Amino acid sequence: MGAGSLQPSGSRLVGGPRHRRRVAVNRLVEAGCTLAAILAVAVLALVVISVLIKGLPALNLGFFTQEPAPFGQPGGGIANSIVGSAILVGLATAISVPVGIMVAVYTTQFAGPRVAGAIRFALDILNGVPTIVTGVFIFGLMVVGNQQSGWAAAVALAIVELPIVARSAQEVLALVPRSLQEAGLALGLRRWRIVVRIVVPTAAGGLITGAVLGVARVAGETAPLLFTSSIFSDLGITTSPSQAMPNIPVTIFSLSESPAPADHARAWAAALVLILFVLLLSVVARAFHERTRRRLTGR
Amino acid sequence: MSTPAEIQFAPRRLSESHVKLVDRIGEPLFRALAAAAGVASVGILVWIAESVFNQAGLAISHFGLAFLGHNTWNPVTNDFGAASFIYGTVVSSLIALLIATPTAIAIAIYLTELAPRRVRRPIAILVELLAAIPSVILGLWGIIVLGPFLGNHLEPFLSGVLGWIPLFAGTPSPYGMLNAALILTIMALPIVTSVTREVFQTTPGDLKEGAYALGATRWEMLRMTVLPVARPGIVGAVILGLGRALGEAIAVTQVIGNATQISSSLFAPAGTLAAQIASEYQSANPGLGTSSLMYLAAILLVISLLANAVAWRIVRRFNIMGRR
Repeated sequence: MGAGSLQPSGSRLVGGPRHRRRVAVNRLVEAGCTLAAILAVAVLALVVISVLIKGLPALNLGFFTQEPAPFGQPGGGIANSIVGSAILVGLATAISVPVGIMVAVYTTQFAGPRVAGAIRFALDILNGVPTIVTGVFIFGLMVVGNQQSGWAAAVALAIVELPIVARSAQEVLALVPRSLQEAGLALGLRRWRIVVRIVVPTAAGGLITGAVLGVARVAGETAPLLFTSSIFSDLGITTSPSQAMPNIPVTIFSLSESPAPADHARAWAAALVLILFVLLLSVVARAFHERTRRRLTGR
Repeated sequence: MSTPAEIQFAPRRLSESHVKLVDRIGEPLFRALAAAAGVASVGILVWIAESVFNQAGLAISHFGLAFLGHNTWNPVTNDFGAASFIYGTVVSSLIALLIATPTAIAIAIYLTELAPRRVRRPIAILVELLAAIPSVILGLWGIIVLGPFLGNHLEPFLSGVLGWIPLFAGTPSPYGMLNAALILTIMALPIVTSVTREVFQTTPGDLKEGAYALGATRWEMLRMTVLPVARPGIVGAVILGLGRALGEAIAVTQVIGNATQISSSLFAPAGTLAAQIASEYQSANPGLGTSSLMYLAAILLVISLLANAVAWRIVRRFNIMGRR
């Protein structure tokens, strides 16, 4: 590679000391950048491998099906937390997905550009609200003067999930070809029918992956639950959201704060269940997301 | 109105006689529902702010702005102040971003310029998966894996070599500011990386080719074209990462030691706004204590809203706010 006019007169174009220095600096930077990428992937591997190594020994079928052992005794499982988490995340998703998709429908189909921009801004800012603040917001709204409940926790999680679902729905709805919608208009369909019969079905795959990403994000959220569903009256399986529900993130949190090694072993096993669930969902959703985007944009 | 609305007219007239009841009710109802959802997403943001400030009211009127500079947290004497938590929030996040920013830029360079095409997407996804690890698991890892390593190896080494700097003086400990800062680094890194990478991809190709044509090495090309073009975007990415780090409660409360103190040593236990709120979850009861907790939440909310709004303004110009 020649260095041309950048070179002071008198030195050789290639292979001179200055050129060698420039090439060396370049090599150094390239090596540093590669190293940084390796480092980031290594950290991910380190965390996942730690969870695997420390979580696997305590993991067996009973861990999924049994209720927690009484304090200080070995064995037991997290069946109650699994059920609780499933219900909380299910409720949160049942709230945030319809609302999120409707928000996206509004901004992409009905709202003017300024209103749509304002809502987009609000969603991004909402996404940046610390989840612990969302937790204390719901605590003040639904728990103070009342008691912790699955409902409160589900609403808090829904607020966290809403911007994720809405943003990804906006992205896919905006990709639905205009020609399809115009075909609907030409047939005399009303806007809402076009949305329900053409736009949403065309984007269905993308909408589902957005919901899955939302579930993946919210399944691991602890902060919104600390103030809303963390103090359980009994350790059995609870299916009623009108009381605090045991759940996996808070269980890991309180076990991790315990000084007992046996509790740490349980925390790791629960962490393994959670991390596998979350990472699997994230990877699958991402793959699908990419496919939907390619299909809709034709790229 | 635009053309599609006019196209709509003719067929509607044709079938006016049997405009279906579902359409007469459905159309306005559906529009109203969609608009309501849109308004709700803005409203919830306002509601959160209003409610948090409202519940902080008691503490705000009791302590005033002196709360910000007062360093105590004593539920027994009902004496509360946020100074140490504000300090801890700022310092832990700054250290995290100090480490995460150059690393993220380097990874973004690797992903856009160096990596073989086939591994680009997989590596980008792996880096983004770091952000998918639930914070409570990262915190658990911070307590049991990272903490002992810091307390037994890294911190003694640092204090041996750099102990003359107050930051690295003090007793090594598994819990403290350094542990929290490193965990926050891991959390901020994927966000900063992915935004930076997308900003890098907006650099016009002919600029890069121009630099190569002048004989620039790859690094010189980056310094001459990509980095200057991307600089504001990188700033936006860093502020987004900062917003993420400032607001993290769970992982930080697990590893920082939750102390109400301002120490120059990075090894010492500390506290942050978010972590303090999280650590008080069991003792929260009505009164000045809870109201002071809400005051902390209000401060945290204001800081992170500011950070996110600024970042949004900057990053929006690059037209890449796709996935977040």
